Formats: sequence, C-alpha cells, structure tokens
Amino acid sequence: MSKFKKKKGGDTPAISTASLPDIVFMLLFFFMVVTVLRDTSIKVKQNLPYADQVEKLEKKNLVMYIYAGKPSKRYQGQFGDEAKIQLNDKFASVKDIQQFIYEERQSKREELRNLLITSLKVDKKTNMGLVSDIKQELREAEALKINYTSKEGDALQNIN
Amino acid sequence: MAKRNAPEVNAGSMADIAFLLLIFFLVTTTIETDSGITRKLPPINDEEQDPPPLKEKNIFIVLINSNGDLLVEDEQMEIKNLKTAAKEFLDNGGGQGDEACNYCRGAGDPKSSDNPIKAVISLQNDRLTDYGIYITVQNELVKAYTELRNREANRLYGRDFTAMVKDYKNKADYDGDVDKLKERIETIKDMFPQKLSEAEPSRSK
Repeated sequence: MSKFKKKKGGDTPAISTASLPDIVFMLLFFFMVVTVLRDTSIKVKQNLPYADQVEKLEKKNLVMYIYAGKPSKRYQGQFGDEAKIQLNDKFASVKDIQQFIYEERQSKREELRNLLITSLKVDKKTNMGLVSDIKQELREAEALKINYTSKEGDALQNIN
Repeated sequence: MAKRNAPEVNAGSMADIAFLLLIFFLVTTTIETDSGITRKLPPINDEEQDPPPLKEKNIFIVLINSNGDLLVEDEQMEIKNLKTAAKEFLDNGGGQGDEACNYCRGAGDPKSSDNPIKAVISLQNDRLTDYGIYITVQNELVKAYTELRNREANRLYGRDFTAMVKDYKNKADYDGDVDKLKERIETIKDMFPQKLSEAEPSRSK
C-alpha cells in the first residue's frame, strides 16, 4: 500500500521543452524553403480575375511580369487614378514594353530565350484598351507566349 | 594543473532565436501560385495576306460591349449560357461528304458549323470592356473546348484529356509510354483545335 502512495505524492514533472527548438527549426526550414522573396514591390492595384481553365507557370526564371492596374492608394496623389503599367519597380508607358522585353531577353541564356513567357498581371477593373495596347506591343516585340495570370476559382464571380 | 570543466552553453534561448526567424519567414512568405490562361498571340505579318476563305456559318462571333453585355451570333446572351452555346456550335457537325464529322454529337444543323476542324470562334471586345469580363469570356470558351476534348478522350482512351496533359507535364512520374501519350494528346487536339481569333478592339464612340 505505502508503495503506491509514495508515487502519487510527487509533483507532476515539468514537461521537457528541450525538443521545442527542434520543432521550431523544422517549421523554420519549411518556410525558408517555400519562401519566394518578392523582388519587386507592386505599386498598382492587383485584384486579379478568377478563372478555372488555368495552367501553372512552372519555371519562375522564364517568366516576365507585366503589371497593370490603377496605382495603389499611396501613389494616387502622384500618378492619378488612371490605370497604369508597371515594369520592374517603376511605372512605365506602353512604349517602354518593347525595350523591357529586349532587356529581359538579353539577360537570359540564349537557348532559353524562346521559352520565355510573359505573365500579364492585370487588375480586373482595367479597361481592355490598355491590355490590347500591351498585347500589340508584345506582338511587335515577338513575345508571343502570354499568360493571363488569374486566381483559381469560378470565372463567373468576375462579373459582379 | 587545475582542470576546469568548460561551462555548458545555455541553449534555452535557442528556441527564441528560432521563433524570431520563423516569424520573419512567416510574414514574408507569399506562397505564390502563378497560374492563368495561356494564350499565343498571332505574329505580325509584314505582307498583307488574304485571310483564308471561311464560310459564314463556320464563324461564331462573340462581341462584348463596354458594359460587359454579350452579343453572340447577333443575339444577346448571358455569360453563363455562353459555354453551352459554344459547345453546340463546335459540336454541331452539319457537314456533308468530305466535311462530315463522324464524332460530333450535335444537332447537325446545316446553318451552324460543318466540322470542329473548320469552326472558328471570333472574339471582339470594346476598348472600355472590363478585363475581368474579358477573362470570364475567354475562360468559358476555353472550357467549351476542354469539355469536348475530355468527352472524346474518354470515348477513345477512357480518361480525361486534362489528366493526360497533366501526365505529359510530369513525364518523369508517368509510368506509361510517353510517346504514345503525346500522340494521343495530339489526336484529341486535332479533333477539336482551339481556333480562337481575336480582332483588335473597336474604339468606343
């Protein structure tokens, strides 16, 4: 009898937290691996439309990004609220697109140059006129592969 | 010589440091899934070419105005009905003789398309159309093609066309015959070729 009583009487041992750093490190490595650090800060509104017939852009280093949309709130005072194009880190006009494509092409290895895809990240409230102008410039620069980047979801939500 | 034990380094704060880093990465992480509708733009031809002759009935005209209303084959239409209309048009198979389509299941209306190989969808939009609406229409039209392709792939090979394309993309993990898979994908693509023509947008008055 007394044997059992003795055991019961002890304090509950503290849970060992020695393995906590290991768990945290595991999570840390996971996030370090999946993280893609943005190299550009986006200055235009990016409320992408929904679509469900999408293809994934596999090779990130072969994608050129063209952003378009209204300037975000803090740039509106300076640039107005007309939809604008953003290339790399700054606002650009339609005429700059060809130059941008050539520069991007130059920075890639020769055998990869014809695999480049242009990703159009355009806010859904943008007028098609601007998008058509972009497309026309891309045709002239012979960057014919494009991808209308969109969120995955039912496309009919775009209407509202 | 006095031998001193090296004092053990206290590793208790290791967790704090790791947490700090973890929170940093948690905040900066954007698990970006870049995906979208892939399209190919037509190249610019220096010399003016005469467009190949197309029969009026083989063209399916979709117009979008600046308010996002659709005019399909001279009739107003809701976007949610567009896919069905496009499918009916593509799958019509009204051709006779050389132009007959032996896999079509449509109504065979002589006023609609002869054969999916000849059928062209023409999309025209206004400069003031919202991009969101344009994407929705593109999406619905691509969906019409995908559903027809899936149907034929299921009939011929017993699986979805989309699944086949996915397998082809992950060639390394596919344990079947890759060449055969490619051939099958091409066959289905030839049955329902995506002929989506886009005119330059009209100016709004």
